[in-house]
Amino acid sequence: MAGTGTAHMRPADETLLRVEDLVVEFPAGRRMKVHAVSGISVDVREKETLGLVGESGCGKSTTGRAIMQLPRPTSGRVLFDGRDLTQLGGNDLRQMRPQLQLIFQDPISSLNPRRRVVDIVREPLEVWNRGTSAARDETVAEVLDAVGLDMDSARTKRPHQFSGGQCQRICIARALVLEPKVIICDEPVSALDVSVQAQILNLLEDMKQRYGLTLVFIAHDLAVVKNVSDRIAVMYLGKLCEVAGPDELYTRPAHPYTAALLSAIPVPDPSATMKTPSSLQGELPSPLAPPSGCRFRTRCPRAEDRCAREEPQLRPVLSGEDHYVACHFPLIEAAEVATPVGAPTDVSINGH
Amino acid sequence: MSPLRNRKDVKRTISAKREAGRLLEVTDLSTSFKTPRGLAVAVNKVSIVLERGKTLGIVGESGSGKSVLSRSIMGLLPKQNVVRERSVRFEGQEIATLSNSAMRAFWGTEMAMVFQDPMTSLNPVLKVGRQITESLHYHLDMDKKQASDTALALLKSVGIPEAERRLEEYPHQLSGGMRQRIVIAIALACGPRLLFADEPTTALDVTVQAQILNLLQQQQRERDMAMVLVTHDLGVVAGRSDEIAVMYAGQIVERAPTRTLFAQMRMPYTEGLLKSIPKLEQPSHSRMQIIGGRPPDLVSPPPGCKFAPRCPYAQEKCHVDEPPLIEAETPGHYYKCWYPVGTASGKEALEKNLAAGVTQAVAAVAGDAALVAKVEEEVTA
Repeated sequence: MAGTGTAHMRPADETLLRVEDLVVEFPAGRRMKVHAVSGISVDVREKETLGLVGESGCGKSTTGRAIMQLPRPTSGRVLFDGRDLTQLGGNDLRQMRPQLQLIFQDPISSLNPRRRVVDIVREPLEVWNRGTSAARDETVAEVLDAVGLDMDSARTKRPHQFSGGQCQRICIARALVLEPKVIICDEPVSALDVSVQAQILNLLEDMKQRYGLTLVFIAHDLAVVKNVSDRIAVMYLGKLCEVAGPDELYTRPAHPYTAALLSAIPVPDPSATMKTPSSLQGELPSPLAPPSGCRFRTRCPRAEDRCAREEPQLRPVLSGEDHYVACHFPLIEAAEVATPVGAPTDVSINGH
Repeated sequence: MSPLRNRKDVKRTISAKREAGRLLEVTDLSTSFKTPRGLAVAVNKVSIVLERGKTLGIVGESGSGKSVLSRSIMGLLPKQNVVRERSVRFEGQEIATLSNSAMRAFWGTEMAMVFQDPMTSLNPVLKVGRQITESLHYHLDMDKKQASDTALALLKSVGIPEAERRLEEYPHQLSGGMRQRIVIAIALACGPRLLFADEPTTALDVTVQAQILNLLQQQQRERDMAMVLVTHDLGVVAGRSDEIAVMYAGQIVERAPTRTLFAQMRMPYTEGLLKSIPKLEQPSHSRMQIIGGRPPDLVSPPPGCKFAPRCPYAQEKCHVDEPPLIEAETPGHYYKCWYPVGTASGKEALEKNLAAGVTQAVAAVAGDAALVAKVEEEVTA
């Protein structure tokens, strides 16, 4: 699973957020490193939703946090509105923060249980000293109304008096109150029931329209991601596998891993045949010592010798529109990628 | 009396009554919690029957009482502040009245449970092997060697690679999927005939979810074990259960053999649950169909149908009269609704609500462009 390629990147002037060759490593003691994210590049246009999908441990949340510079990436660039966030220091970076917001997976634990909801939502305005007190009240009331909470209960109640779905609405309100350009949603619906999940997905879609938001939507469920995204990037063990539009990705998955993810989604139809053998076996290899070559090869049904030696590059899928795959043996034909002369092979880069 | 003697006594009575009746027969089970505000009825007169080797899916939102039901059947709820009424018969024997020490003979050997969160249901300071062999020592009187051999075989059967090494590891050294496999191995250790799986995959990834569900199904087939699969996702139980019971506000609102349920859904709540699952076939950015609002307060539920305040089909009658659980044309299919889905009266009720602009009705069909267009046409005409 290579994805060190940049074939899928669009011209810089068209994109609002641009992540180039992002690497995030964590020290793990004894000179070992966790290779959480190993050189991925993604870009997001203004008012577009990018879906990042993959299993637990594939580095999708780390990518989201690295975009926010929490923590700062080991190497690579994060360009927001033309400015490289990785190069910005303390106060400059702080000035950029209101434009980028995060929504976390567990709504209940990401809210302070001892504060009233209205104070939680109002706090960002106070931190940034926006407007007069009356104007703040107005903004808070407007945002709470937009996410479907009523001001009266928010004024008196604390987070534990709300259900999980409502707490997620509070988190969304808190993220919206500073009118950010980009919201990074880190598994915002994984902790919720299906019925509430649908409500939150609709709400995010409404907020996107109303406030003209650009979203990075991180989740492990392709069905959810497909519903909200304009473009999806499939990740595996810190690398990109496939980038495509949602409908293209679903109808014609080119990467064996994408196909496996699709087949794992339970179908609410008793007559659907059980796809037992095709579903993915085994687990994610350790990110301390990722496999050489294609990182997916240890679980891939199509893996051959070449996959262990060479890391595949992202290349456009033939007959596909805006569809890129990083695989030596894709499920549908892809264009050959021209390897630059003298380019180091990935094995030597990652061969720790 | 020592628990050990007690256990053997009960064992004898169990074997005498074995094969005497259905595996599990729950009649009018109600479970309520005493709260400062009054009695919260979490399970309200629920009756279920489960035959040997079959799977029952229990589906509902958070707070619908599905977890309390399974715990109540197993007798795992605290005795204080809990009121449990009527009957639970296991293998023909009444177990609702048994004390905890008498129930100990059933837990593990006759019925076992797999909990939702494998992170918290394992003991973090005990090695995995010890946690599996514990029940083998206690219930099956195995010696150390036998128990560790059995544990090894169990780990292999639940698909854990390098099983010998894993026995010596602690839960935090394992991934979520592995931990859930261990929890399953513990539950299966003494060969129960009834397994409760309470949202076994909710905390896991989709890929691991598929693995764990396949594992449960395979183990169930091999051991001829009955299973109660509790989940909020109709997609999870669709291909893996013989019968499905849909719960809302502590009641069973629809119960049918799986295929019948999906083919002839009658309860608006079941329809709402099914429609709120995002589907891959839909184009992206399609509007999700939702069930507005949230489940009722269990201390003072609304009169009439409990689902009426959220129901797109609800009429005046629904807010006043509670519908009974009645049998549909298809035998074995029960539902609790005055204006069922897929019938003339249901269709009429929905169209009436849409024409009147009832919000939940409008929201429920928001993604259904064809229906919206049709209604708009009718309204303008």
